[in-house]
Amino acid sequence: MSQFALNLIVIGASFALYIGIAIWARAGSTAEFYAANRGVGPVMNGMATAADWMSAASFISMAGLIAFTGYDNSTYLMGWTGGYVLLALLLAPYLRKFGKFTVPQFIGDRFYSQTARIIGVICLLIISITYVIGQMTGVGVTFSRYLEVSSSTGLWIGAALVFCYAVLGGMKGITYAQVAQYIVLIIAYTIPAAFIAMQLTGHVLPQTGLFGTHDASGAKFLAKLDQVVTDLGFRSYTGHHNSTLDMVLFTLALMIGTAGLPHVIIRFFTVPKVADARKSAGWALVFIALLYTVAPAVGSMSRFNLTTTMWPGAETGDTFSMPAVSVDAINNDPDLTWMRNWQATGLLAWEDKNGDGLIQYYNEAGAADAPVAAIIEEQGLVGNELTTVNNDIMVLANPEIANLPGWVIAIVAAGGLAAALSTAAGLLLAISSAVSHDLIKGAINPAISEKNELLAARISMAVSILVATILGLNPPGFAAQTVALAFGLAASSIFPVLMMGIFSKRINAPGAIWGMIAGMVSTILYIFAYKGWFFVAGTNMLPDTADAWLFGISPASFGTVGALINFAVAYAVSSATAEPPAEVQELVESIRVPRGAGAAHSH
Amino acid sequence: MSDKSSSNAYWKANLRIIWISLAIWALVSYGFGIILRPLVASIAVGGSDLGFWFAQQGSILVFIILIFVYSWRMNKLDREYGVDE
Repeated sequence: MSQFALNLIVIGASFALYIGIAIWARAGSTAEFYAANRGVGPVMNGMATAADWMSAASFISMAGLIAFTGYDNSTYLMGWTGGYVLLALLLAPYLRKFGKFTVPQFIGDRFYSQTARIIGVICLLIISITYVIGQMTGVGVTFSRYLEVSSSTGLWIGAALVFCYAVLGGMKGITYAQVAQYIVLIIAYTIPAAFIAMQLTGHVLPQTGLFGTHDASGAKFLAKLDQVVTDLGFRSYTGHHNSTLDMVLFTLALMIGTAGLPHVIIRFFTVPKVADARKSAGWALVFIALLYTVAPAVGSMSRFNLTTTMWPGAETGDTFSMPAVSVDAINNDPDLTWMRNWQATGLLAWEDKNGDGLIQYYNEAGAADAPVAAIIEEQGLVGNELTTVNNDIMVLANPEIANLPGWVIAIVAAGGLAAALSTAAGLLLAISSAVSHDLIKGAINPAISEKNELLAARISMAVSILVATILGLNPPGFAAQTVALAFGLAASSIFPVLMMGIFSKRINAPGAIWGMIAGMVSTILYIFAYKGWFFVAGTNMLPDTADAWLFGISPASFGTVGALINFAVAYAVSSATAEPPAEVQELVESIRVPRGAGAAHSH
Repeated sequence: MSDKSSSNAYWKANLRIIWISLAIWALVSYGFGIILRPLVASIAVGGSDLGFWFAQQGSILVFIILIFVYSWRMNKLDREYGVDE
């Protein structure tokens, strides 16, 4: 059976499953549409949260980010998991106790201000729209790579599928589809990783293989990897090379940004009890960790495999004990078919610059002080000859590099689609419920009936899908800035206001409003100063380099500073103005205890 | 509310659990994983050191344990103060 037929069968079967779930889990009320009627158990909600959370970026790009940077990019691993501790301890149980449907609704009620609610909606829309574009383009790219259609056709197919279960089922349909998508994506991620860990280290578990012994050379795997990459003039894999301050701030920005993402927070509105919200965050992290502890193994092992493919001698002995891979081998060796396949996509490219028939891969910037300097001298090299290696190859080409069977490749394709579609659906629900519940019911027509609000929610969902698809077809400049813009804003605006709303009775409406504005504006201005106004290339006022950053703080790390500004401004403004009314202080008292609000007030 | 004082005591106990949990959360990630890595560099873990392990694996495992222990402690606290659902 051809690879194309296999891909079609596996992807088709996974889609049939999601559509079946859509028909089974139709929503009949707004409570079902916005919060799955609060009937999702903590384990199942944990699984759905994991699928909601792990996007195309987690599935496809993260291992590559770690592979080519090593230890310094541990920030993503800690940042994107540590946020769940903050969610469990500081936000989820209290917001579940509050018992409403959207994040802006909490902001509006707690700060007794329609203005605060609208600012919350604006933040939510910027965050979620930036985020969803990346997911939609991810769907298009995966389709075009595996099903031989154009990426715009792929995008429309993906949009039609999300339309089926999101418009019909709302949160209920999305939740059960996400559970299925989690299972597909985790299988797709771990199977190739287990095979590769087995080949290199003899460990079935990639998590232990990473710290195990490299079978072929007898050295510790990480020590061997460090040796091979430093021989070629790259920075050591396990070493700490970047600014410590920026590493701390970036990790913190990712953590509080994660905890402040509306589409993640609303998942905790679906569980029956406050105790379930706490436990559910734990289960979510268990399911996330299944992928996040495999990712560093995938990254390091695929980096090793790529490097030993280029320098075959490195596999068993000294890096330069054998000549570099030859052009002839790349063109004819069946084991290297993957190089030719991926060359066609433009994600991998090589060029025999000195015409010696060999492709020598090394780091030009660090070559002078590395052992590769002698090879450059001896073989007359004029530059690194593996000219393009895209980060994303590390996961997508993994099964081919390791010569795994065709069905594994098909499952990886289905897994990539599951990761992108599940996150897209969660984001679209956050967007459409903010529009129908916060704008239409909250601001424009508060008298709207339950039935009409459900209809409005469905129409908002359909329109959101259409807008996301169109933006996915023509991604604007800010689409590539998910990390800086979405996490930066969630960290600097939404997380602080939610936390202060729960942990302080003194923060009042003007404090919250000015705090959110200060956090959001300072973060956006800092990003624009280095990345260009609205990310238009060439309009940046300062060069985007470590030397030009204020105190060495990168634009993507600034969310942490923005959050501090938010806290400080909110505190100062609140102290100078009247304290919140008594009924708001009662509300804060009531969300702090799990027992039902009705019972507490009846005394 | 009939028992404001007990609800204040409940909130104080809750905050204490949160502070302890956050201290551990920060210690394993920002501490051992980043800032204190040089201090624990002499402890070898499979081809690298303890700091590398915490940064790439250990902190995630500690986070999971933290949330479940927090959840268990809070459920116990809810029952002690009679505020469970």
